[in-house]
Amino acid sequence: MPDSRGHFGDYGGRYVAETLMPLVLDLEREYRAAHADPAFQEQFDGLLEHYVGRPSPLYYAERLTEELRKDAGAGMGAQVWFKRDELNHTGAHKINNCIGQILLAMRMGKTRIIAETGAGQHGVATATVCARFGLPCVVYMGAEDVRRQSPNVFRMKLLGAEIVPVTAGRGTLKDAMNEALRDWVANVSDTFYIIGTAAGPHPYPELVRDFQSVIGKEAKAQIELRTGRLPDLLVACIGGGSNALGLFHPFLDDSDVGMLGVEAAGHGLDGDEHAASLLGGHPGVLHGNRTYLLQDEDGQITEGHSISAGLDYPGIGPEHAWLKDTGRVEYTAITDKEALDAFQLLCRTEGIIPALEPSHAIAAVAKRAKEMPQDSIILANLCGRGDKDIFTVAEKLGVEI
Amino acid sequence: MTRFSTAFAKPHPALVCFITAGDGDTAANLDALVAGGADVIELGMPFTDPMADGPAIQAANIRALNGGTTTADVLRHAAEFRARHPHVPLVLMGYANPMIRHGPEWFADECAKAGVDGVICVDIPPEEDEALGPALRAKNIAPIRLSTPTTDAARLPRVLEGSDGFLYYVSVAGITGKQQAAQASIADAVARLKAATDLPVAVGFGVRTPEQAAAIAQVADGVVVGSALVEIVGEHGNDAPEKLRELTQALANAVHSARKG
Repeated sequence: MPDSRGHFGDYGGRYVAETLMPLVLDLEREYRAAHADPAFQEQFDGLLEHYVGRPSPLYYAERLTEELRKDAGAGMGAQVWFKRDELNHTGAHKINNCIGQILLAMRMGKTRIIAETGAGQHGVATATVCARFGLPCVVYMGAEDVRRQSPNVFRMKLLGAEIVPVTAGRGTLKDAMNEALRDWVANVSDTFYIIGTAAGPHPYPELVRDFQSVIGKEAKAQIELRTGRLPDLLVACIGGGSNALGLFHPFLDDSDVGMLGVEAAGHGLDGDEHAASLLGGHPGVLHGNRTYLLQDEDGQITEGHSISAGLDYPGIGPEHAWLKDTGRVEYTAITDKEALDAFQLLCRTEGIIPALEPSHAIAAVAKRAKEMPQDSIILANLCGRGDKDIFTVAEKLGVEI
Repeated sequence: MTRFSTAFAKPHPALVCFITAGDGDTAANLDALVAGGADVIELGMPFTDPMADGPAIQAANIRALNGGTTTADVLRHAAEFRARHPHVPLVLMGYANPMIRHGPEWFADECAKAGVDGVICVDIPPEEDEALGPALRAKNIAPIRLSTPTTDAARLPRVLEGSDGFLYYVSVAGITGKQQAAQASIADAVARLKAATDLPVAVGFGVRTPEQAAAIAQVADGVVVGSALVEIVGEHGNDAPEKLRELTQALANAVHSARKG
């Protein structure tokens, strides 16, 4: 838990313009009340079950496990299990959080929803819950991402959302977030900002984590039921880090469970073309929280790069920054090429087309599984499906579709 | 007397003028503001992600950064300004990350060496004061805080605590350079603020013309103009100083001849 001011150790907090402070304080009060209200929890759980399609399955990836064992030493090659959050309505874990936040927005009497999106998954999830509850929705999206993710742009429009392409900066996720904050500060009285990851000013990192913790709670019960024990290693990819926190959080007190967060190494950590804030950044303040950021010597924010539009954000949720410093979670990074290989590996061995984001996690799983004994268990979060990414993948593979 | 208390003790309200460092000929632009009659100078520190600013100042930030402006350049502009204008208060305005990149003590020390009088950090609210406030106060640099239409009476003491120099009233809930608030709401807000603090109250956001500035100067201790000046730099580049001086002079005449309420 963060402290009363929303700090996880040195990270987190509420670094926003004064105009937003009263609203952020209201949000915290309302979140505490909602959290303690059984009716809110019941409504949230009901929607997750009947609208989102939870619990998502826990799946033993037998063929992938066998494939990885071919390159492993004798007796080595961990069992690989996947939490199937890509089977959620809208195709990713993002919807869990959006359901929670729109219920909060309605509790607060807000009548207009805004959101930012990178790959478009959070935008689609936000547009979906807005359609479901009949609230107008404005989604800010970098102009470059609008181009890269045209299927998701069309989806959002079908769902009734207004898309605002952001041309400032390089036209990616961080610029979309700046524009969403500008909208919010100008429309504080009626507008609720649904932030898509476990970052931003307190209480967002905490509430997004709590809404996403359904992933880890289910996974914990499911793996115990199926195997009679807890996993040895949890693995999840990290952009802002909400799917990873959702999986990790319910296991944090289980000291025998290892955890591995996987950042995007892009073209490699030795250059500037990556999106690994923890491994290649420095602590600083952006978008309402203190956390690790990609930045230069003057504190100017630098642009991340990843093959995955969902991972190329220059910051990271503050709780991850704290978990890194405390050593509870280990962090690594996977390159574009490794993720692309893992994407194809999962398609081939399991008949599952993953998103490029969890393909990073799968690549890390492939490396680790070989180093672990056969009776050990790796549980990875398959946080999104890859329909949206087939154009990017085809382009990288030199295939015209 | 500090430079602030001198500037706000004049028999007329103060004109506070903002430009972005590294955008155009910064030294000439600053001199033009002083020549035009600015009483306090705000020098913007460019940042890649100025999320509380509107299009004009955002564009100025990008121009400055594309021109290679560094924090060292900003501090050099400040130090040279101080040498040329020993008595005009100088405020650095910007965002937290460039200010605390090398630690708050480093920044406060550099500001002190450059002769900076105050610092406005847009995204450090009083709740996060320790990120920069103590370091500034230790060097006698004023942490200037913002009060807004959303800052209610219960919250105001929080904003005022540890605040110094002057209080900056942001007259609209929004970003810089957009619509202007109704005069009546500004008058009410300033009266409320002045009942709660001895600090001078300067009003900004959306002030573009001498007429608007004069109206606000009827009730406030100072009037802040930013986007309208920054747009001149954007439009005229290195030819901006003369145009800046003209607008500043018109604003100064309007503000200085208004009576305080």
